[in-house]
Amino acid sequence: MTLVFYVASAIALLSTIMVVTRYNAVHALLYLVVSLISIALIFFVLGAPFIALLEVIIYAGAIMVLFLFVIMMLNLGEIAVQKEKEWLPKQMWIGPGILSGILFVLIVYTLLQGEQQWAIVEMIGPAEVGAELFGPYIIGIQLAGLMLLAGLIVATLLSKRVKFKEKTEKENK
Amino acid sequence: MNETFQHILIVFGILFGVLTLAAALIWIERRLLGLWQDRYGPNRVGPLGIFIVVADMIKIFFKEDWIPPFADKKVFVIAPTVIMFAVMMSWAVVPVAPGVVVFDVNIGILFFLAMSSLGVYSTVLAGWASNNKYSLLGGMRMSAQMFSYEVFMGLSLMGVVIMAGSFNLTEIVNAQKNMWFVVPQFLGFIIFFIAGLAESHRLPFDMPEAESELIAGFHSEYSGMKFGMFFVGEYVGVTMISAFIVTLFFGGWLGPVLPPFVWFFIKVMFFICLFILLRAAMPRPRYDQLLSYGWKILLPLALLNVLVTGGLVLAFE
Repeated sequence: MTLVFYVASAIALLSTIMVVTRYNAVHALLYLVVSLISIALIFFVLGAPFIALLEVIIYAGAIMVLFLFVIMMLNLGEIAVQKEKEWLPKQMWIGPGILSGILFVLIVYTLLQGEQQWAIVEMIGPAEVGAELFGPYIIGIQLAGLMLLAGLIVATLLSKRVKFKEKTEKENK
Repeated sequence: MNETFQHILIVFGILFGVLTLAAALIWIERRLLGLWQDRYGPNRVGPLGIFIVVADMIKIFFKEDWIPPFADKKVFVIAPTVIMFAVMMSWAVVPVAPGVVVFDVNIGILFFLAMSSLGVYSTVLAGWASNNKYSLLGGMRMSAQMFSYEVFMGLSLMGVVIMAGSFNLTEIVNAQKNMWFVVPQFLGFIIFFIAGLAESHRLPFDMPEAESELIAGFHSEYSGMKFGMFFVGEYVGVTMISAFIVTLFFGGWLGPVLPPFVWFFIKVMFFICLFILLRAAMPRPRYDQLLSYGWKILLPLALLNVLVTGGLVLAFE
């Protein structure tokens, strides 16, 4: 299981680097999907199969498809790839590279210092997740619900206003 | 060691069974369509035309496998494999008979939903990578269609999960010993059936390919075995949705007299034939009708189903 964890982590790191360095938006997105699936595998190995599959269903399966939909609507072709290349010269990578290098050193340092406690694996099934969510963390669910409701109302209003505009334009003509 | 061997046997048995069934569907579908549309269908090659399967396979293997120069090559090649991968993986959690299941986990339904949501990439990427207006339109239709129908596909199953008290498919089948879930969960069954139809993009919901408007939609540019992958993927998808309908709502392998595997097979075949009948009988709706039907009617109904089922289960406990 430790081996699976390390391989999945390596794939996650590699694919995430590929996401940032791709010029073609769709290719970057595909690597992001791979990265999300490997993170789901990490969750699975750490004893959280429920979260792992929700990660695949919601992030890899739904949100990324929505991203893909938008990218396809914009229909970015060769021109966009060229533009990306112009916007991302080699010097761009120096700053973020140094910062994330420092973070990497810090992580390695803390891992070498402390005792590894995450190795204790306990399987957490769907029922436990549900009991936690609707028990002590109920406020989070309610806040998320409020936000989604607000989003829904705004989306409905926006689509309604377009119709209203069309109507007035027709009347003016 | 013996157990490992048995497990390997189950894996290859299911793989072989599913692929054979998918190949046989080439013939079954055409014959049944012919029957329902008052014509013969394929009847020249072999008895009742059954060797049309072999003829078709030979044809598709030896056709020129052409990648258009304007396509995005890597994505173009990956796209057809994704659908095969996703639908075959879903079969891993289906219990065919007691104990005969590849991957018996306590999150079976979620695994199925995850795999079916990954299957979308196949059509969407194929549409995008073909770099062709019609294919792109097909791919976009597919992403919007799957995006809307996936939501209540998951919700419609929650009624079953509440009643069985588990995500494990074997336990769900065992919970149906007294009564099939189609009786108390009839609404859930109807919604899941419609969503499954949209998920496997079969007629009447085959907007992404809609040959009368989009040539062949997302697979216009595909030829040879790459097209074959989409073709077989679609058939495996149909068998998979039928298998899940049977497992979740019609008692899976449960049945009198005959052995469990035979019952499972009979029930699955019934739903496959229903899928084909729908293709023969239904006209294709308009694209916006499909989407507004999903969001305005099926989604509220699925939510209501979860609410009422949950309330009733709590009240009777």
